Amino acid sequence: MAMAQPLVKKDDDHDDEAEYSPFLGIEKGAVLQEARVFNDPQLDPRRCSQVITKLLYLLNQGDSFSKNEATEVFFSVTKLFQSKDLGLRRMVYLIIKELSPSSDEVIIVTSSLMKDMNSKTDMYRANAIRVLCQITDGTLLTQIERYLKQAIVDKNPVVASAALVSGIHLLQTNPEIVKRWSNEVQEAVQSRAALVQFHALALLQQIRQNDRLAVSKLVTSLTKGAVRSPLAQCLLIRYASQVIRESANTQTGDRPFYDFLESSLRHKAEMVVFEAARAITELSSVTNWELTPAITALQLFLSSSKPVLRFAAVRALNKGVGCIDLVVFQNAWESELVMGLELVCFDPVAMTHPMAVTNCNIDMESLISDQNRSIATLAITTLLKTGNESSVDRLMKQITNFMSDIADEFKIVVVEAIRSLCLKFPLKYRSLMNFLSNILREEGGFDYKKAIVDSIVILIRDIPEAKESGLLQLCEFIEDCEFTYLSTQILHFLGNEGPKTTDPSKYIRYIYNRVHLENATVRAAAVSTLAKFGAMVDALKPQIFVLLRRCVFDSDDEVRDRTTLYLNTLGGDGEVVETDKETKTLLFGALDIPLVNLERSLKNYEPSEEPFDIDSVPKEVKSQPLAEKKAPGKKPIGLGAPLAGPPSTFDAYERLLSSIPEFLGFGKLFKSSAPVELTEAETEYAVNVIKHIFDRHVVFQYNCTNTIPEQLLENVSVIVDLSEADDFAEVLSKPLQSLPYDTPGQTFVAFEKPEGITAVGKFSNTLRFIVKEVDPTTGEAEEDGVEDEYQLEDLEVVAADYMMKFGVSNFRNAWESMGDDFEHVDEYGLGPRENLAEAVSAVINLLGMQPCEGTEVVATNSRSHTCLLSGVFLGNVRVLVRLQFGIDGSRDVAMKLAVRSEDKAVSDTIHEIVSSG
Amino acid sequence: MDSFPVVKNILLLDSEGKRVAVKYYSDDWPTNTAKLAFEKSLFAKTMKSNARTEAEITMFDSNIVLYKFVQDLHFYVTGGEDENELILAAVLQGFFDSISLLLRSNVDKREALENLDLIFLCLDEIVERGMILETDANVIAGKVAVNSMDPSAPLSEQTIGQALATAREHLTRTLFQ
Repeated sequence: MAMAQPLVKKDDDHDDEAEYSPFLGIEKGAVLQEARVFNDPQLDPRRCSQVITKLLYLLNQGDSFSKNEATEVFFSVTKLFQSKDLGLRRMVYLIIKELSPSSDEVIIVTSSLMKDMNSKTDMYRANAIRVLCQITDGTLLTQIERYLKQAIVDKNPVVASAALVSGIHLLQTNPEIVKRWSNEVQEAVQSRAALVQFHALALLQQIRQNDRLAVSKLVTSLTKGAVRSPLAQCLLIRYASQVIRESANTQTGDRPFYDFLESSLRHKAEMVVFEAARAITELSSVTNWELTPAITALQLFLSSSKPVLRFAAVRALNKGVGCIDLVVFQNAWESELVMGLELVCFDPVAMTHPMAVTNCNIDMESLISDQNRSIATLAITTLLKTGNESSVDRLMKQITNFMSDIADEFKIVVVEAIRSLCLKFPLKYRSLMNFLSNILREEGGFDYKKAIVDSIVILIRDIPEAKESGLLQLCEFIEDCEFTYLSTQILHFLGNEGPKTTDPSKYIRYIYNRVHLENATVRAAAVSTLAKFGAMVDALKPQIFVLLRRCVFDSDDEVRDRTTLYLNTLGGDGEVVETDKETKTLLFGALDIPLVNLERSLKNYEPSEEPFDIDSVPKEVKSQPLAEKKAPGKKPIGLGAPLAGPPSTFDAYERLLSSIPEFLGFGKLFKSSAPVELTEAETEYAVNVIKHIFDRHVVFQYNCTNTIPEQLLENVSVIVDLSEADDFAEVLSKPLQSLPYDTPGQTFVAFEKPEGITAVGKFSNTLRFIVKEVDPTTGEAEEDGVEDEYQLEDLEVVAADYMMKFGVSNFRNAWESMGDDFEHVDEYGLGPRENLAEAVSAVINLLGMQPCEGTEVVATNSRSHTCLLSGVFLGNVRVLVRLQFGIDGSRDVAMKLAVRSEDKAVSDTIHEIVSSG
Repeated sequence: MDSFPVVKNILLLDSEGKRVAVKYYSDDWPTNTAKLAFEKSLFAKTMKSNARTEAEITMFDSNIVLYKFVQDLHFYVTGGEDENELILAAVLQGFFDSISLLLRSNVDKREALENLDLIFLCLDEIVERGMILETDANVIAGKVAVNSMDPSAPLSEQTIGQALATAREHLTRTLFQ
């Protein structure tokens, strides 16, 4: 789209272009021919320059020269050093740099360039240094070092800069040589020429970067003296903040160099002011007092006529706020301060503070309508990040005014920011929901509308008060929605949420309208939704039956099929009766199988007497984001259905284990862990282990690799010490006959454990083997071997090993259909924790379950959190867990653990794991 | 943040996004294809903006890009996302102004192509392998212009183009003094 316009114009333009491009129809072959003029005894400088320009043009357009071509051009170019023409010489320097000759070619030009390095013409000296340093390698450098040191203190600034900049690059490859130039560089730092000082300072800092004290000294001396160029001043600010960062832990009291940073805020060059302001906002644990002058400086930039200044300022404020957020977690009283700070910076209500600071917010708000989208986006995200409850309404008004002027991609950013603001301030849901429903009615593309719908759905889910109004907004939206996907998604959502509202009947009209007015996909979705209302709201059942009967004659077979199915399963033949549980499961049960897997299985299914078994479809352990919610009405399976085989690595393990006769009696494999490394990287023998869990057995599969070419290992086994794993008893060990170099092999050890107990323990492992020397020339091993042992790291079997991650797409549905028959609820104190996020992830890891619906993410700064987990426990028992966390002022975390499962013993086991973990 | 400002590339594109002259100083774009892809999407993102009076700025692929347009020429300077935007702005300004000085009244694609050697020299004088060499347009143009003339050639033997260049050079010199 963006490219469309010039492309259309292209054809007309092409003729014009033919007239004016001097390079039209230029060809590499022809230019290489032309380059022969470089060999003429009588050089024509102008002609040669033109040819070089053509060569440069070709290289610049992306043409590449073959090795031979480049060499040939390079050799003929070297002839041009004979010419005294200045312009030509400049072009020669350029083309040599572009050709980047190999080291044996460099020798050809070395003497010419060294001669130029000592020329009286400044331009020759400067450029010869740059060229030579770029193409040279270390060996040549020692030869020219003397000249470079001289050049650094050359009275011509261009020559000095050329040497210094070359030094910065050479420091990467030949640090020991460049470090010898310290004295000259130090002298150059005092240069009166602005750029020389800049380059010298950059080089000196690079030379001394590992010497903290030296950098600190350098900064101290320069902050007192005169720094001549804005660029050099910017460098100094960077180095000063580096010193501040590094001394942060050792020093107390006043921050060193803060005064210098603060005084730089009054520098006449904007780049210096900005560098200083940014440095201050990025100081760790910056105080309000320190920050204020920097904010004031940035604020002036916010209203500048230059987009670059506005952009830079709003980005610095945005980033600064981000850093401050992180600080909140580190220190309790600090967070008070930061909250205060945010008020100061961004809240116009904080009248107690100077107007200059308060105005920041207003300046930022005016940037929302900035022509430059990047600036407007930054402004809006900053405001939404820092906004507080009282400014929400005004902010919404501001945003509403310009929403119609901006592109969809930007609108999506805004919608997402508003969604998170609403979750932050649930009390403000009314104005935010209003905003969302208003923009939902306006024009917009699919992605934009989807973002709005997703946001409303999330708000409905998380803010109970918002439910009724949100559902009605969605109903109105589908009355006039051009996107089939969104209509079906909303209908599905309505079917789940609508029946639970106080007055479900008011949604029926909207849903039934779909059956008349939409395409077949939407009609089918509407029929399913009607059926859900019928199933959940017994009082509505007769009316729903009437409506469904009208759909029996629909022109589309899917719609008819669904209607017939629902009419038959709802039961009661249109009477007010309670719907049985099986029907509800059919209607509401989530499809636990990823559609891609189902599709693949269906394709593989060969029509036969045997019906397709949905349980044979593999399930992927991955939680489904909301957007990927299943389309309604797909064939659901009950939650109680037995579990089928997981992903492909699991299959591979299963095949491997079942190929070993000793393990056949262990029954069906339940779970295999990810490999656990038992050796450090790059040791003689690399060993990792996989824990295979069976009902009454555990098998350790040790994958061993021999990384020594001169050795052959035989009879490899692992000796396991069970002194810290009482519940386990070793039943067999299956050694590996031979382990040649770099060919991985496996050895197994199997243990018995009591059934139904989550036996845990620590296993210490020793690799035992017979080692035989291998003759590297013939590759043959010696006859006799030596028995040897190799200590491996310990391995633990933990409770999480008996739990398989298993995602559900709709936790609430799963939770409710599981029922509270085997529910077990209890409360626990987790003691003092760093923060809630840490406590949440600790419990998730302890249980080894799959977090659902993104609840593993804890909002920063929140004092309470609910986390939803799902998994399958040993014995194929489905388990759902709802964790509610709270943290108090002294950082003590309390947790309420609610477990629902299909087996009372398992529910209790989960509690045991938590209480002992 | 780098310990000194680093320029990742300088681009001069035409009004269709095609290269007039470009110079890359970073390994972020290892192949010509990668470079062309960057130029193409950057051009598409920026072409509609009005960067004719003041330089504009945008975030693009975790880089900061500053740009300014004149006639059918589009000037770009790219730096890392943590770079001081105003330093990059100074580089762009130096590039833009020195080209304007060198091309005189006609700052357009045609004139730029006809003086492509000056453009290449100009790029060479602004940044060396990512390190800023000079941002003062007068100094940059002065250094480039010195070389655009063959001082030994007598006036009578010069072509019209050369004569113009000499005149321009003369003018530049007097202006800079």
